[in-house]
Amino acid sequence: MPSNNATSRSRAAKGSNKPEALLALYRQMLLIRRTEERLSQLFADGEVPGFIHLSIGQEAIATGLGAVLERRDTIASTHRGHGHALAKGVELNSFFQEVMGRETGVCKGRGGSMHVADMSAGMLGANGIVGAGMPIAVGSALAHQVRKTGGVAVVFFGDGALAEGVLHESLNLSALWELPALFVCENNGWSEFSPTSKQFVAPLAKLADAFGIPAETIDGNDVEIIADTAGRLISEIRKGGGPRVLECITQRVRGHYEGDAQKYRDPAELKDRDKIDPLPRAASRLSVLGVSDALLAALETEVMAEIDAATEAARAAPLPGFAAAQADVYTPAGA
Amino acid sequence: MAELRYVRALNQALSDAMAADPSVVVFGEDIAAAGGPFGVTRGLLEAYGADRVRDTPISEATIVGAAVGAAMTGLKPVVEIMFMDFVAIAMDAIVNQAAKARFMFGGQGSVPMVVRLPHGGGVSAGPQHSQCLEAWFAHIPGLKVVCPASVADAYGLMRAAIDDPDPVILVENKALYARKEDVPDDLPAVEIGKARIARPGRDATIVTYGAALYTALEAADTLAGEGVEVEVIDLRSLQPWDEAAVLESLSRTHRLVVAHEAVEAFGVGAEIAARMADIGFDELDGPIVRVGAPFMPVPFAKTLEQGYLPDAGRIADAVRKTLA
Repeated sequence: MPSNNATSRSRAAKGSNKPEALLALYRQMLLIRRTEERLSQLFADGEVPGFIHLSIGQEAIATGLGAVLERRDTIASTHRGHGHALAKGVELNSFFQEVMGRETGVCKGRGGSMHVADMSAGMLGANGIVGAGMPIAVGSALAHQVRKTGGVAVVFFGDGALAEGVLHESLNLSALWELPALFVCENNGWSEFSPTSKQFVAPLAKLADAFGIPAETIDGNDVEIIADTAGRLISEIRKGGGPRVLECITQRVRGHYEGDAQKYRDPAELKDRDKIDPLPRAASRLSVLGVSDALLAALETEVMAEIDAATEAARAAPLPGFAAAQADVYTPAGA
Repeated sequence: MAELRYVRALNQALSDAMAADPSVVVFGEDIAAAGGPFGVTRGLLEAYGADRVRDTPISEATIVGAAVGAAMTGLKPVVEIMFMDFVAIAMDAIVNQAAKARFMFGGQGSVPMVVRLPHGGGVSAGPQHSQCLEAWFAHIPGLKVVCPASVADAYGLMRAAIDDPDPVILVENKALYARKEDVPDDLPAVEIGKARIARPGRDATIVTYGAALYTALEAADTLAGEGVEVEVIDLRSLQPWDEAAVLESLSRTHRLVVAHEAVEAFGVGAEIAARMADIGFDELDGPIVRVGAPFMPVPFAKTLEQGYLPDAGRIADAVRKTLA
């Protein structure tokens, strides 16, 4: 777990007690939380097809990164990627329409929850294959370097992906070529249905060290620490410092997928959840900074109105017609 | 006209594409400083610099995965997998990522990348350095697969593959690298999906591709001595393949043999035979016969490999069977 030193250093460095920045982070986390709670309900009601993986409890990481990334930066995400997509700027309506399998979805209903992508926002895709985003981010970072875009490529991955061979290849290649890449591990302790402690023996920071890549392990549920640390690392990378590794310790509140009975898991693991959960933590900090409960309640109302509108718009949106779908396999001639 | 080797044609195509488009980059194992295990990338590092021509570590999965990310971010990568057999390690990046990105993201963007895969036996390279695995890729929606047999097509299909907005698997037969042909000084790109008639004939059609083209032409020579005029079609592209050209030839000859070096079972020939049995049924005056390698790994010993590789005798026998 992260040290308290990291926390105090981070807050001291900010040197500001103005709540605006944290308020924006809080709002983004709230949007992701309420969106996924809505998706959970829609899934239970049969309105979301397939299966979905929720990032409830992990919103601070996507939010902290999203706050410091620019449009030109690119991200590669995971099966648990709703937060990453929204924090990188995928529009809420087209996001809902995708996850609900509509023609007007950001991917026209071809991909769904595990394949949300928005090239115009630099979101190179959630991914159904564990670890597959890592080499994609390495390649995207190569493109930033060769094309001199000034952009950075970020890959999000879970601790379950530590055991995938491409992690080691990708760390090596990005270090070798000094690529503008940030590896963000969302360490929630679980590799699908198994504790990562029984799956993988090496701490990520030690692995990074073996490749000569600076790595930091931080509290993945404190959105301010994440935004501060990510901002600093991205700035170092953007200046040509080469790759960095950021491990964020967090907690998976829901199952591996919605509907997962989690018989493999001791419920006591989540008993202190309120103390760890990034949302109440940010809310109490906002309270200390003088933000009123009324303002937070107004924010809640505003976010829920957006989600209600997005839900209704998705329900009303057309289902994709099969006839047109095959045309998306290859680029049309002359395009 | 000038004499050009197949390997030099590929090299020239890479060089011309890099000169024409700064977004074209080349990377793979030993392709920069060493010029590639077969010399296909020789001189590119000196001409285009270390930013665009890069040696990679021995990390096939990440070489191809990085090509996908680079293609999504504005580059046109051309990557080499040293032997086609090694692509097994990189299949996720090709099959689950590159091939599907355009479709599963709703046509938002394309993935313009080329994966170069040297295939083929005949050099005692053994079971893990000789396979012809092109059918794997032709089976995956979203990929294009080309396999040039002539020197001119080595140039033309490489240029077309690099210019193509979608991922292209470029299969090069190792036995063809040293092949020499007289070709025009100014070689054109070759449209993907178009076959060519390598030898016209009226009595039977052999459809083939890659190095097996030359075995098929040898069989056609033998049969000509028997008074049988065989038309030989060089497919050039396997996905998409030129169904119209094959059907047109069949409608004139009424006999069809499909020949390739790859294992016969579940191969490219099976697809062509099945399609022609369907849409060309009324044109057929005999069974469609396939010629391919037997259902076994590529063996090492010279005597074994000679027995394994389809030869002109087997192809000629197949044509005779269609005429019987």
